[in-house]
Amino acid sequence: MSFGDFIMQNLQEFWHLTGFYNATWEHLVMLLVGLFFIWLAIKKNFEPMLLVPIGFGILIGNIPFNTTAGLEVGIYEEGSVLNILYNGVSAGWYPPLIFLGIGAMTDFSALIANPKLMLIGAAAQFGIFGAYMVALLLGFAPDQAGAIAIIGGADGPTAIFLSSKLAPNLMGAIAVSAYSYMALVPVIQPPLMRLFTTKHERVIKMKPARAVSQNEKIIFPIVGMILTCFVVPSGIPLLGMLFFGNLLRECGVTNRLAKTASNALTDIVTILLGMTVGASTQASEFLTWETVRIFLLGFMAFIIASASGVLFVKLFNLFLPKNKKINPLIGNAGVSAVPMSARISNNLGLEYDPSNYLLMHAMGPNVAGVIGSAVAAGVLLGFLA
Amino acid sequence: MKKRILTLLVVALAGVIAISAQGRRGLRINEVMIVNDSTSVVDDFGRYNAWVELYNSTFGPLEISSVFLTNDPSKPTLYPVPLGDVNTEIPARQHILFWADGQPNKGTFHTNFVFTPGEDNYIAIYDADGKSLIDEITVPGDLKPGQTYARKVDGEGGVNVVDAWEVRDGSDEKYITPSSNNVIKSTNKKVDMFADQDKNGFGMAIMAMCIVFTALLVLALCFNIINKIGARISTKRKEKALADTMPEIVAEGRPDNDSGEAIAAISMALHDHLDAHDRESAVLTINKVRRAYSPWSSKIYSLRELPRR
Repeated sequence: MSFGDFIMQNLQEFWHLTGFYNATWEHLVMLLVGLFFIWLAIKKNFEPMLLVPIGFGILIGNIPFNTTAGLEVGIYEEGSVLNILYNGVSAGWYPPLIFLGIGAMTDFSALIANPKLMLIGAAAQFGIFGAYMVALLLGFAPDQAGAIAIIGGADGPTAIFLSSKLAPNLMGAIAVSAYSYMALVPVIQPPLMRLFTTKHERVIKMKPARAVSQNEKIIFPIVGMILTCFVVPSGIPLLGMLFFGNLLRECGVTNRLAKTASNALTDIVTILLGMTVGASTQASEFLTWETVRIFLLGFMAFIIASASGVLFVKLFNLFLPKNKKINPLIGNAGVSAVPMSARISNNLGLEYDPSNYLLMHAMGPNVAGVIGSAVAAGVLLGFLA
Repeated sequence: MKKRILTLLVVALAGVIAISAQGRRGLRINEVMIVNDSTSVVDDFGRYNAWVELYNSTFGPLEISSVFLTNDPSKPTLYPVPLGDVNTEIPARQHILFWADGQPNKGTFHTNFVFTPGEDNYIAIYDADGKSLIDEITVPGDLKPGQTYARKVDGEGGVNVVDAWEVRDGSDEKYITPSSNNVIKSTNKKVDMFADQDKNGFGMAIMAMCIVFTALLVLALCFNIINKIGARISTKRKEKALADTMPEIVAEGRPDNDSGEAIAAISMALHDHLDAHDRESAVLTINKVRRAYSPWSSKIYSLRELPRR
């Protein structure tokens, strides 16, 4: 072999390893999807904390390379760096850590002051089981249908946790779908809220919530964890961490831990979770008809969840005295998407009555939605795992 | 001080109980062959010997070195599982096979006892202390060569519960499974049941929504009660505090409709009418703070600031 042949042969081998040589149209489509997510986050400010890591993760996961070369760079290749980081998603331990942070960030006062708002959070979970029924109709197996339907809970970590247990092969599509719809809450929910409420209902003024004592705030996570986990032990990872985070926040003697859980830890896990979920959407796994169906089902689940929350409040109002009526505009907040959906309730309320601030009232069903979706995930896991 | 020590002791005890509950107690005798008549597996020396299958019924790996295997109730420490062999760690829900050939010099998994065909054979596992029984079973003496005595479902049925065991003859229904599950699962039974019985998902929707509502309803009711108790306690405390400071107001009682808004409106009106202003002393204090210079805190050495939109 001449020296020239030696150079040419090695360059040719290198060329075969490059992304340019291995690229397919599917890779390019996924790269465009990743760029679209990044554009949505930066230009439209749609959930940037999630969509930037996910969008960039999609770019990372869809760089074409020779999978037979044993480079150990792909997210599904055992022992690769991305694969090690992906373990938090596939083994399901990132979501409970996020829940710890959510608990440490969330003020449950609105819910404690007005416990009946918890029922709105429960009613909105009908979106999950409505979508479950439609998913079965479309031919998905019950475990896959359960994993897809959880998108209706509008809770990304819960969706990832459940799909990692019930349908790991669909997890990428489910996670991206859940986060996409959470980002689109301001677009999806207001038309539904207008559709299902009358002008008279939209201006209902609710009594301001009473002040909640610190003792009650401390009792809430302890009693909440014990009661909900006794009912649904399969929800322990999510519910346990959620309430634990909240106790760190409220007890007053673990401020350092609460700060770490709600800031640094949540940020670190969000970065890793978002990036690896994005990277898991490799074109070969992601660009299928199943993904399209999952997105459609997720959209439907979201609509059913939002609508059932609003309609439940209307039904609930039939049994409440005149001075204790609930504004149905807070019903949409029963889907968890904290605090975006509560802000939507507030904004829409102000649109119809500039003196009607619904934010704190909507935070009640909003955080109840977080608990409700974790309970629903526990139920699905208990029945189908 | 005594209270603290007591609390620490209780916590430590609870921890020990929790750890031991999840530890080697999950080890189970799962299947036993007394006479291996060349229809079953051979050991690593190519011999057909009697075997005992142990099963880790926990959901975590289980290290079994230093536990004892025995076939004699009076000698619980007959065969100690040797230390220092990495293969003595059983993965979660998996099995390990011991050869009852009476030749422990052949390796970790060869016991120093043998079974007696035609008689009842006792087998037990004791924990490292040689006293705590983990599992035991008596294999019936009428077991034929090539047959095994096995748990119907892997690891299930408790200690020495005869009903949980059955004789297996190697037929299609009663298959023999050394180092494998006694019940081979090709599908998820729960999922199959839902696919079969609940085709449209109504059952799941009804059950799941009932559970979700129950969980949150129980929580709501519980906090309703806590709210009421809390409100009663805080009212009593306020009344007590008021009685201490202004007993005449308490004696007169408060009107029923004294909502926060009404009180705020009255206060505003009084404020306006009396033209009352708060006058507070304003003292401005300037503290000089000295900080030692460090290049680490210098802006010259730091990165540029993050861009803001």
